[in-house]
Amino acid sequence: MTRIVVVGHGPSAYRLVESLRGFTGSITILGEEPRPAYDRVALTSYLAGKSAEDLTYPVPQGVTLRLGSRVTGIDRAARTVTTADGEISAYDVLVLATGSAPFVPPVPGRELPGCFVYRTIDDLDAIAAAAATATAGIVVGGGLLGLEAADALRGLGLDTHVVEMSPWLMPRQVDEGGGAVLRDHVERLGLTVHAGAGVTEIAGPDRVTGLLKPDGELIPAQIVVFSAGIRPRDELARASGLAVGERGGIVVDEGMRTSDPSIYAIGECALAGGQIYGLVGPCFTMAEVAADRIKGGVASFHGADLSTKLKLLGVAVAQFGQMSGALDVTYMDPVAGVYKRLFVSDDATTLLGGICVGDAAPYDTLRPFVGKPLPGAPSDLLFTGGGLTLDLPDDAQVCSCNNVRAGTVRAAVLDQGITDVPGLKACTRAGSTCGSCVPLLKQILVKSGVPVSKALCEHFTQSRAELFEIAQVRGIATFTRLIEEHGTGRGCDICKPAVASILASLHNAHVLDGEHAALQDTNDHFLANIQKNGTYSVVPRIPGGEITPDKLIVIGEVARDFGLYTKITGGQRIDLFGARVEQLPLIWRRLVDAGFESGHAYGKALRTVKSCVGSTWCRYGVQDSAALAILLETRYRGLRSPHKLKSAVSGCARECAEARSKDFGVIATENGWNLYVCGNGGFKPRHADLLVSDVDTATLIRTIDRFLMFYVRTADRLQRTSAWLEALDGGLDHLRDVIVNDSLGLCADLDAQIERHVAGYFDEWRATLDDPDKLRRFTSFVNAPGVPDPSIAFVTERDQIRPVGVSS
Amino acid sequence: MSVCGYADLMPERGACALVGAEQVAVFRTFDGRLYATGNRDPYSGAYVLSRGIVGTREGEPTVASPMHKQVFSLVTGACLDDPATFIPIFPIRVTSGMVEVSVL
Repeated sequence: MTRIVVVGHGPSAYRLVESLRGFTGSITILGEEPRPAYDRVALTSYLAGKSAEDLTYPVPQGVTLRLGSRVTGIDRAARTVTTADGEISAYDVLVLATGSAPFVPPVPGRELPGCFVYRTIDDLDAIAAAAATATAGIVVGGGLLGLEAADALRGLGLDTHVVEMSPWLMPRQVDEGGGAVLRDHVERLGLTVHAGAGVTEIAGPDRVTGLLKPDGELIPAQIVVFSAGIRPRDELARASGLAVGERGGIVVDEGMRTSDPSIYAIGECALAGGQIYGLVGPCFTMAEVAADRIKGGVASFHGADLSTKLKLLGVAVAQFGQMSGALDVTYMDPVAGVYKRLFVSDDATTLLGGICVGDAAPYDTLRPFVGKPLPGAPSDLLFTGGGLTLDLPDDAQVCSCNNVRAGTVRAAVLDQGITDVPGLKACTRAGSTCGSCVPLLKQILVKSGVPVSKALCEHFTQSRAELFEIAQVRGIATFTRLIEEHGTGRGCDICKPAVASILASLHNAHVLDGEHAALQDTNDHFLANIQKNGTYSVVPRIPGGEITPDKLIVIGEVARDFGLYTKITGGQRIDLFGARVEQLPLIWRRLVDAGFESGHAYGKALRTVKSCVGSTWCRYGVQDSAALAILLETRYRGLRSPHKLKSAVSGCARECAEARSKDFGVIATENGWNLYVCGNGGFKPRHADLLVSDVDTATLIRTIDRFLMFYVRTADRLQRTSAWLEALDGGLDHLRDVIVNDSLGLCADLDAQIERHVAGYFDEWRATLDDPDKLRRFTSFVNAPGVPDPSIAFVTERDQIRPVGVSS
Repeated sequence: MSVCGYADLMPERGACALVGAEQVAVFRTFDGRLYATGNRDPYSGAYVLSRGIVGTREGEPTVASPMHKQVFSLVTGACLDDPATFIPIFPIRVTSGMVEVSVL
């Protein structure tokens, strides 16, 4: 049996092991980082709130993965590798996927505390920690990664500078004209660009205090991030006598084999055809080639398309093909911040390449034509941009990450009947890595005669809003009737919860009544929130965040008696974690007896209305915000909606309740209330917009009633209010017309619907406890109701339980 | 091994049975058929598949993992979003109103 040892666990190693699926032999991965491979392309999103787990690739099964295991030596004669902790692993095939290290220029002061690089999650954690006490940060390097890092510093609230040696930003992707437009964009965001500037030293003395440029200017800052290119990690190969390039990199042949036939090198550490590749697409291709060769195949790597399209600091930047040519056509609009340039052959018949800043549409339409006859006059191609749809030749590359050609995608549509982008991703892998070719995939679908569908899923051709109207007008109260009369098949995990939500909004029946129960996501099915180890968390409603000491004690006692991990939530309530399904009714019996109700933390429904204490206690408060929050939370509790709804009420303009980050937020004024709508925190924060101002409480409530019901009726599935407003024709003005001026004549209907909701409210958990039939589902095992799930285990951390990592 | 009465299973929903040390997810679809798979979600490692939403994809009966929504065929066990990943499938039948599962 062949023993494969992989050194390094980054994206290339991940793809290698994935491509080795079905290989009979053992695979051992030795990773230096303390965590499994993750998506470095998405690194900046980590600081924007994604977790390390979100970025982590699935850990492949059936392989031995040793993390925190740095390989220190290769014994090629004995065919073994040794790790820093002395462990020796024997191999038949060794794959070096050691990646690269950021290049730190040899300037004085580069090792001062406050200097960082931007490559790993640990680097980002360190930068985020340092940013907490810093006011300004400098990125050395204005390339692709440098601007990513600058975006991260800006996101951390720092006054951000970018120092770039070249006369313009991103010199590898754009020319001088594009660089100028890019600089305008970046500076408009408040960043300071120092182009054509070197670094004389990082100023100290004990930690970073600034950066000194050769012209004598000192930029004060407490953080410096070096992002001035990468250097391949070839030290292991070098020490073991493998051939390496003059400027670094492990020399490999077209089969990714090094100078030792039993050792391969892939990814950023490999020097293939005299070049180091730092983009994920070519690295994945190398991994696939190596995997194929290991399995006995003959795949080879002959260089890669280095086209790039990305959005940096909100600016689209794209480059494809060559960056020069005999002839070129340039379109530039400095006011709109758009720069587009195409390079063509000297006879103006063949497309050679292009550069786009501010509008990347030509990348999508034209990249597949590189090296081919121009599909139109160059100036037309530049002007029409995204509006143009061209017939792609079959051999045009659509997805450069996974090397998928237009012909393959078209065949998937025509021969295999694929009708949507997810289907194409699964079938061809196109679009499954960076996603930049998804518009092209959509275009191929349209061109192949597949209608662009607003269909909820394969079972309903209607959108959610249309299904809502159908259910309302025809008085449909069950999924079975809706799908039999208006859909096909028996539904799925997309349409069932969506229809369940529509029916709940319309009829206010218990979500576990009759056949409704089978439609619900596991959270609604168990009226609790599933956690990573299959246990659930419990959140009792605490309207407005106001709670008596006696009730607080009950929550503490319940948590203690059931051994639950207890945490205060961001919505001014308390979350109790680690309950097994059979414990949920016992926990709720105690909570309901003490006067608690379901908090609907598990539902696409109203969650909480946060508040500050308001004028009752606060010397600044101008209205009783806590009382209003309790009134609103009590009025809308249990309202099922297309997505979760959050709210807050602040008692004065200081806005301590953070109402403008909510779906509907209220801020007190001297004269009454201001209502803000469609705010959002999360991944894409949005401040709520002012809908009405200085209104009295009755007007405020009527306006919120209509706002919520209009949203519930017309939004798409899982569309938060912020995305809904942005997609709404006419935007905020239209919304105000509909719910304040009644321009559609809907308001009486909306008012009546909310009144029905308020009158029909009941506590879901109390009703469940009163119904033996509903209680039957709360067991781990149908054949052993008293047995707890043996796969669930906890350890103690900071005096509370924590799930033991479930194996994967 | 007999795990429960047929009537104990809710239509279009799963339940989990403990068969020896094996956690088996048992599903009853709308047409009355029964399917049995492993209860472990191979993506998250959690034993939760019996709590997923049952449905169809192009007529094939499916369950979606309640953790991250990957959809598995109840017939073949293949993940329809990632055909290289499988969950185990077990024989299941009804004998005089009782549901029987074999994990051998």
